[in-house]
Amino acid sequence: MTINWFKFASPAAFYPIAGRLIPWFGGVAAALVLIALYWGFFETADRLGGSNPQKEYYRIIFVHVPTAWMSMWLYLVLAGWSAIGLVFNTRLSFMMAKAVAPTGAIFTFLALWTGALWGRPSWGTYWDWDPRLTSELLLFFLYIGYIALHSAIDDMRRADRAAALLAIVGLVMVPVIYLSINCPDPNQCAALHQRSDPGSIHPSILIPMLTMTLGLWSYSFAAVFARLRNIILSRESDNAWVRDVVAKEAV
Amino acid sequence: MLRVFYSVLARDILLALRRRTDVLTTLFFFIIVISLFPLGVGSEREQLQALGPGVVWVAALLASMLALERLFAADYDDGTLEQLLLTGQPLALLVLAKVLAHWLLTGLPLVLIAPLVAMQYHLEATAVWVMMAALAVGTPVLSLIGAIGAALTLGLRGGGILLSLLILPLYVPVLVYGAGAVTVSAIEIADTEPYFHLLGAFLLGALVLAPLAAAAALRISLE
Repeated sequence: MTINWFKFASPAAFYPIAGRLIPWFGGVAAALVLIALYWGFFETADRLGGSNPQKEYYRIIFVHVPTAWMSMWLYLVLAGWSAIGLVFNTRLSFMMAKAVAPTGAIFTFLALWTGALWGRPSWGTYWDWDPRLTSELLLFFLYIGYIALHSAIDDMRRADRAAALLAIVGLVMVPVIYLSINCPDPNQCAALHQRSDPGSIHPSILIPMLTMTLGLWSYSFAAVFARLRNIILSRESDNAWVRDVVAKEAV
Repeated sequence: MLRVFYSVLARDILLALRRRTDVLTTLFFFIIVISLFPLGVGSEREQLQALGPGVVWVAALLASMLALERLFAADYDDGTLEQLLLTGQPLALLVLAKVLAHWLLTGLPLVLIAPLVAMQYHLEATAVWVMMAALAVGTPVLSLIGAIGAALTLGLRGGGILLSLLILPLYVPVLVYGAGAVTVSAIEIADTEPYFHLLGAFLLGALVLAPLAAAAALRISLE
């Protein structure tokens, strides 16, 4: 049996499937986020760390870390669909990339915002030029640049392809930017490197964090599909099937 | 193939030299931005010495970005760019020639004027040499990365603002290491060599990849 991989690359074929998947992803997202929030707030220790413990405010990591992970993952998704679109010249891939961008930008913003709220009680400042904060800020600029370039070009085909190329250039730059901020002085790289190892996190904290990540991931599917359906309808509005859909749903 | 490279290079330089004010505008923009900072932040000697490297690099970033708009714009308007696309010569090579011409006219003057602006910030002689060298290695990277943005925003409304939004985040590594090299040169025991290795690595990487990306962007913008 051969699978036709390109069957669902047609907007007309994907539109109804996306519609059917949205409630599922939305439901799973709501359930997982509620579980993670309950666990994070009521089933974990009140303080974190040894000699200089962080008190209740550490709980913001259950939102902060998942949003930061999602912000980076969604940029990979965005660049991935852009690359697929440029290689195979499929319309739906570009629409997918465009639908992902706002969700990614929102997560980046949330990660920065919650990070500032956490930084105030623990560092005594809302903002510091820490490597992670700075590279997250630059990631936010990359998302904004993608959205701005796309909306500045009226010709859809050029907008899709130009923004896709920008996303890929940004993808090449992200590790360079991260390393260059993480290690501004090449003479003492090792001293500045921050440790981050999932294995060293206590399970009662790691599990709600991962649950929240899956919940936000699920939310991203739902939000992206909803946005994608709108993009499909507006871009394919010349086609007969779109007119049928609109006529049916307008009743 | 080299003949095409040289002829594009010679043509762009000749055209720019016929309109010398364009080149001088960039240069004076650089000088004005640098002269404004001491007026804003105060003119204490130590403070200026600490700020100097960063300010010079940020000014170089802005100057090279402002000049980028003109990289392809004139050729796009009069149709030359389409003719270049149709020549059958490798487009990346033509882009490289244009970027080189652009750097010779807007980047190199910044390198040469650097000692003058360093005096405004009371930088030591060694720091001035390091700054010139860092600018000489770093500004071509700015032109190369900027060419991608200039090609993507070709002929768009509000192209200049958009270009800065796309390109400035990508300039960060050059800024960090370029300014870092100058700052470190003030410390006696510190070594500036690693900074130059990394700036050189950026330059080589950008030399290989940026013309290809800019050529792809030109094809997208002109199809």
